[in-house]
Amino acid sequence: MEGLTKSDANLTVYVHPSQSKNVDKAILRELSSLLFKYSQAFDGVVLAYSVDPQDNCAKILSGVHPYFGVRLRANLLIFSPKPNMLLEGKIVKITRGSIHCIVLGFSSAIITDENIRNELKYKAKHGEGVYVSRYHKRHVIKVGAVIRFVVKSLDEEILHISGSLIPANTGSVHWLDKYFVDAATESNKEAKTEEEMEMQEQIIVGTETLPSVNDHKVKKSKKRRRAEDQ
Amino acid sequence: MGVELTHQYTEYRAMEDQEEMEEGVILTDWDIVYHVRDALLSVKTGDRSSYHQLVAVLHHRDRSAPDKVALLLTSLKALSGAVSYINDIDHVSLLQSIFGMSMWNCVPDVMDALLELVICLAASNGKYVDLCLDMLVNNFMPPMESDMLRHPRGQTKKDQVLPRVHTGLEVIVDLVPLAALKLSTTVVQKRPMFFRKDFNMDRLKVRMEIYLKNMLMLEGGAIREFVGNSVLMEVVNMMLELDVAIGWDELLRDDPNKGIFTMELEDEEEEADDDGQANDVELPSTLTLRNLGKNVTADLLDSLMIQLFEHLEACADKKRLSEVFETLLSSFLATILNTYKSKFSQEECCSYLFICLCVQFAIFYACALDPENCGVKFAQTLGDMFISNGNPPVTRMSAVAYLASYLARGKFLSTAFVVNMLKRLVDWCLRYCEEQDRDMNPKAHQAFYSACQGIMYVLCFHMKSIMNVPTLKSQLLLMPIEPILRHKLGPLEVCLPSIVNEFLKQAKAAHLFTISKAFIFEDLLESDLSRDFGGLERLDMFFPFDPCLLKRCDRGFIRPNFIYWNHVKTTYDDDEEDSSEEDIADDFGVVNEENFMEEGIARSFDRDIDLDEFDFVMNKMSITPKNTSGFHFGGERMPSKIRPSTSPESM
Repeated sequence: MEGLTKSDANLTVYVHPSQSKNVDKAILRELSSLLFKYSQAFDGVVLAYSVDPQDNCAKILSGVHPYFGVRLRANLLIFSPKPNMLLEGKIVKITRGSIHCIVLGFSSAIITDENIRNELKYKAKHGEGVYVSRYHKRHVIKVGAVIRFVVKSLDEEILHISGSLIPANTGSVHWLDKYFVDAATESNKEAKTEEEMEMQEQIIVGTETLPSVNDHKVKKSKKRRRAEDQ
Repeated sequence: MGVELTHQYTEYRAMEDQEEMEEGVILTDWDIVYHVRDALLSVKTGDRSSYHQLVAVLHHRDRSAPDKVALLLTSLKALSGAVSYINDIDHVSLLQSIFGMSMWNCVPDVMDALLELVICLAASNGKYVDLCLDMLVNNFMPPMESDMLRHPRGQTKKDQVLPRVHTGLEVIVDLVPLAALKLSTTVVQKRPMFFRKDFNMDRLKVRMEIYLKNMLMLEGGAIREFVGNSVLMEVVNMMLELDVAIGWDELLRDDPNKGIFTMELEDEEEEADDDGQANDVELPSTLTLRNLGKNVTADLLDSLMIQLFEHLEACADKKRLSEVFETLLSSFLATILNTYKSKFSQEECCSYLFICLCVQFAIFYACALDPENCGVKFAQTLGDMFISNGNPPVTRMSAVAYLASYLARGKFLSTAFVVNMLKRLVDWCLRYCEEQDRDMNPKAHQAFYSACQGIMYVLCFHMKSIMNVPTLKSQLLLMPIEPILRHKLGPLEVCLPSIVNEFLKQAKAAHLFTISKAFIFEDLLESDLSRDFGGLERLDMFFPFDPCLLKRCDRGFIRPNFIYWNHVKTTYDDDEEDSSEEDIADDFGVVNEENFMEEGIARSFDRDIDLDEFDFVMNKMSITPKNTSGFHFGGERMPSKIRPSTSPESM
């Protein structure tokens, strides 16, 4: 999954004089207010932080309320999804028109049917909707599964992501990890046999020719279907 | 009506299906979705006719025609499948129509379809989340102009709408987790505000009641983890606002030259009482209560408090009271603890001195439901607040006043626990005395005097019961109360004379210590010194858990858990028992007041006890001094029920 970065930040937290009794608490409260909100300064959402006060002295900000600025160094974990990044999310709802998932437990994402590649087909099984690949029968996307998708756009206010399942390297993470190997990374490995390489290319290019691994199983299922039809 | 409609509509649908079959036209749901998608897409190309048709369908007000209902239902379902084609630039009127619909005007099938559409919209685009939440929260109440809740049909409708609305909110939070944050804000913002001069008070009352019901449903529902805290805090704020808004000033300010009793007698003669019976000539303090009962604000607060109490009971049944209590407690500390100011800082401060709030009884009742955990925690938190030097003196005094009043009045608290808490206060006072080597100064040592007064107040209520248990008696005797009271700071002279008198009387009878100094303020309720230490807020006379003024709350929930002064056995009772009881009986016409206690007073409504009479006795027997006729504040004599008990009665 992409979109997660760690960053060191030099921050100055301005503490209200009424909080001067317990500055540590005030700093933590201030930093906690950053959590789960999009911040332009960090160009993303702060998910976690750890702080390290730099100085025992604070700078007094003159004014009606003499706020004092505490300088500190913070380690932040930032989530900043950008278009074309690959994210992973847990599916919470599937309808004919869309797949809804939750990324990192707080950010919602939707993949509408025009952003789902034709290979994936909607089916209603036992009253529940699933998306099944037309070519790889084991590639099933259902509620509760984790999918990998590409970011199309992001609503920063409520961190709502619009995603896409068009690229071939997207879909159910379970299936992708098991059967899908990215050609770009693997082609560098010299130890690969020609046979394996061919198989992967088939999967990636993907659609018309069936991969050799699943070949006979798919055929079998076709036979079965024909038998049922008759 | 709704049932009939549904029935008609089902028939209509069956007929329609049949016609289609006959004509050979079969449209699947998905076909209609495509049709709607085309209509939505065609707006961009300039062809708006299909789109306008669609919007018009949503605007049909005639919900009785089955064909219109069927069309509406189909359109809503189709829109759910086409939400990703809706955008907030081209389809403003469509969005306005959807969000302007009220479930209260729909049949259940349409409600379901509308709910599904709203859920789909919220999940489809971040921009719509706020609007969807607003729409659902608006559906907490029937439309503004509607009076349907007064009819049985409205109640049925309520049972149809509310579960759907809450399910909708839960699903949206499941799909868009951060919507929970927005929901809390929306619920707070949409809360109906109370205006005393509202032209339609009945409708406002109904709306506030149903809104509170919804808030409590959220608090007890599946998403309470995310919104429960903020919603409960808002419930307390809402009640506090009402409490502060109770029109006491109207009661008291009507005619400054007319005695309050005269005024109330006249009012009572004009109107029938709660039971619809004409009033006999009543005694003043009962009348005061009745008058308050007719106060619309107080009545509303009463019914809201009852809802909250019932919710607390439900929480206790589900074993989640401690979770709710945490929130109540923090809300209490944040707001209620310091809210007396809003009443006391009025212009005619004297007239308002004696008015306590009622909201604190919510926490009192939560403590009564779970004395071992909540009850103990409440007292300890107040103790901590008082002892902590970091808090401002006013907060500390308020905390100790709450603590003393709570320990004195909570019937559910064990005497051993009361003694423990007393010991904590006494230890603090002793340390304070050791550190201070100065003379009496009411303003400089406010916290100390409040603590001393608190200790004496609690002992007025509990000395006898403590003395009855040998271990506790020895603990009490070992407490260094005497050196504290005899310290140069002179707490006996500064604290309220009425409390000091009663305390000394009981201490003398119990042989707690010897009193050598004579006090000359026998008939005084307060002295200048006590006024000084109480400050502008008059915290010297602040006893928050004096009998609850809200009638139904008091009878149904508080009374069984509450210690009334007339049930307190004092240490000198043994000597004067016969004469004093006879006096009471003679004075107030009560045959045997002890029976009330034995029979379980408050919940036994079926018994033939005149509760108003009982109220009167309770009130009269509270620790207000007998000599009330000579006691004036702000030029007005206060009705004893509004006046909190300020000092133990000299029996």
